[in-house]
Amino acid sequence: MSKSTTTVMQARDIQKMSVGQKIVRVLSKTGTYAFLLIMALIVLFPFYWMIISSLKTLAEYRQAIPTFWPRQIMWGNYAEAFTTANLGDLFMNTLYVGLVSTVLSLVITVLSAFAFARLEFKGKETLFGALLATMMIPGELFTITNYITINELGWMHTFTALIVPFLVSVFYIYLLRQNFMQIPNELYLAAKVDGTSDIKYLWKVMIPLALPTLISVTILKMMGAWNSYIWPKLVANDDAHQMITNGLRNAFTDTSGQANYPVQMAAVAIVSAPLFLVFLCLRKYIMSGVSRSGIKG
Amino acid sequence: MKVVLQNLTKIFPSRDKKAGKEVVAVNDFNFEIPDGQLVGLLGPSGCGKSTTLYMISGLQKPTSGKIFFGDDDVTELSTENRGIGLVFQNYALYPHMTVMQNILFPLQNLKGKDKLTKEEMLDRAYEAARLVQIDELMDRKPSELSGGQQQRVAIARALVKMPRVLLLDEPLSNLDARLRLQTREEIRRIQKETGITTVFVTHDQEEAMSISDVIVVMKLGVVQQIGKPQSVYDDPQNLFVAKFLGTPPINVLEGKVEGGKVYIGSEAVLEIEGVEDQEVYIGVRPEGLEPCADGKLTCSLNNLEVMGRDASVVASHENAISPVIRAIISSDIKIDPSAQSVKFNVKPHKFFIFNKETEQRIYFEVK
Ligand SMILES: Nc1ncnc2c1ncn2[C@@H]1O[C@H](COP(=O)(O)OP(=O)(O)OP(=O)(O)O)[C@@H](O)[C@H]1O
Ligand SMILES: [Mg+2]
Repeated sequence: MSKSTTTVMQARDIQKMSVGQKIVRVLSKTGTYAFLLIMALIVLFPFYWMIISSLKTLAEYRQAIPTFWPRQIMWGNYAEAFTTANLGDLFMNTLYVGLVSTVLSLVITVLSAFAFARLEFKGKETLFGALLATMMIPGELFTITNYITINELGWMHTFTALIVPFLVSVFYIYLLRQNFMQIPNELYLAAKVDGTSDIKYLWKVMIPLALPTLISVTILKMMGAWNSYIWPKLVANDDAHQMITNGLRNAFTDTSGQANYPVQMAAVAIVSAPLFLVFLCLRKYIMSGVSRSGIKG
Repeated sequence: MKVVLQNLTKIFPSRDKKAGKEVVAVNDFNFEIPDGQLVGLLGPSGCGKSTTLYMISGLQKPTSGKIFFGDDDVTELSTENRGIGLVFQNYALYPHMTVMQNILFPLQNLKGKDKLTKEEMLDRAYEAARLVQIDELMDRKPSELSGGQQQRVAIARALVKMPRVLLLDEPLSNLDARLRLQTREEIRRIQKETGITTVFVTHDQEEAMSISDVIVVMKLGVVQQIGKPQSVYDDPQNLFVAKFLGTPPINVLEGKVEGGKVYIGSEAVLEIEGVEDQEVYIGVRPEGLEPCADGKLTCSLNNLEVMGRDASVVASHENAISPVIRAIISSDIKIDPSAQSVKFNVKPHKFFIFNKETEQRIYFEVK
């Protein structure tokens, strides 16, 4: 008898508790989502503003009270942006610099990360420590020394000046080395037993396993080239080598110093599109890790 | 292909130079593995089994000594060119490749005159997969396989290039008890079918005893004994080997030899010849103790465990080094479980004595 009443009471307690827990859960969920929503709005608002501004007339853009939707949609701004800024050439320049520097720096990053992660050689730790130490030096200092070096080498106003100084990124090497080191040593030994050379092992096993990191590095590198502003302005700001950011900056100011903002916004939208697409396509790879099972113990 | 190990030694230098303590992982290993046999390399953790295997495979260089495959000196040959198959303790399958790709991988790396066409590779891969019965799973990734299946893929990958020597480093340690039994039979079958000289590393003596043609017992880098499993069990050369082999383990007691008699405490349990008087360790296999009303060794009875066909008498003795004295007897023999003590006679061929200092076996004649 008494036993059964206690169980009933316990059951009710559990129920009560779970109602309480439910409320807490719902509240915390609501809070989380509200927070995420606000954050998303904050992040997305500039994009929204860029798009609607790019579709307004200059007059509407200049209104003291801004409109949240263009009264008259000016697709023409986009065509104008393309021709005034000579976007085609800027695109090609930037793409060239971006691709070449991405490919070369991937090669350098992969090879050095492999060496630091897997090979045994004298002074490995010291060398890696020295490399890491360079990360402490602020980038601005590099700008000055790099500028002098480039000048001495006679690389001013060349693509080389835009590409070479950024080929080696200690941070990416570090990132990839950590990734490589997580790959169990047995796989390396197994590959040796299976008759592979170091290079083939790197190509067939390590790179596929570190693909998410490599894709992140690719994207970051591409974005770096796409967004770089100060360095190109310093060393290669002539028409033949102009990068997209500088091109945009210079193109839309007329002789009286007045900028046509909607057209500029349209140009910015055009320029952001490729990066946005790349991100959308590769998002899956950035987020997903490669499963490491098959290794037990 | 026979494999010869000649004075094989591996010394790992100490990490920090001040401590200066180097590790002798394998110490002067001499052994000729006969062609086509399965050798069980056995010993407690850290005794140098893996190191020996890695030296045979070329993944580690011996500090001194030589390795021959057949008549070829392979000591300086790199792993890639030794033509061995190795199954790692954790399988080391390539996680991003399917089973098929894993098995094909060693074939794709063959060079020169060994190079195969696509069809030949596929044939060989399927053949190896059939041998270990995973030909249904060829399109799976390792993560989609059970432990036992992964292990079989690892064996197939090791076998597919028809290695001269197959090396297995504790390949069963990740499997559950039943799968272990099943897989070790399978390894035995595959080894018989292919006739490849095989070295099988394990710290489980039962596993080694059950499938090996020859076992090698190691301790702290030193080979203790080499022989057929049964003969090593029946004729251990030192106390370590005697203790290491057998489940349940051998009973060890302190005793002495005096005037041609072996004493445990004050009881003379066996009359022997040809041994000088001295303090000794005594080892008696559990099946070497026979309960008997007029037995010579008196132990206090703890309890009786009946396990179907056999029964196990658990007793204790003040001179025992092992925590209990255990005797395995037929369950037909009746013992009063409530008795205070139990008396045993010893079977001389299950009874060993060892020198107290060196722990080496002392051979004797039974009178
Ligand atoms: N790379 C190394 N550097 C230094 N010492 C090592 C190295 N590899 C192994 N050792 C030492 O050598 C000894 C033998 O190691 P080994 O791996 O051969 O043991 P094992 O018999 O395979 O043991 P287990 O059953 O635990 O796998 C151990 O004392 C170990 O600490
Ligand atoms: Mg080991």
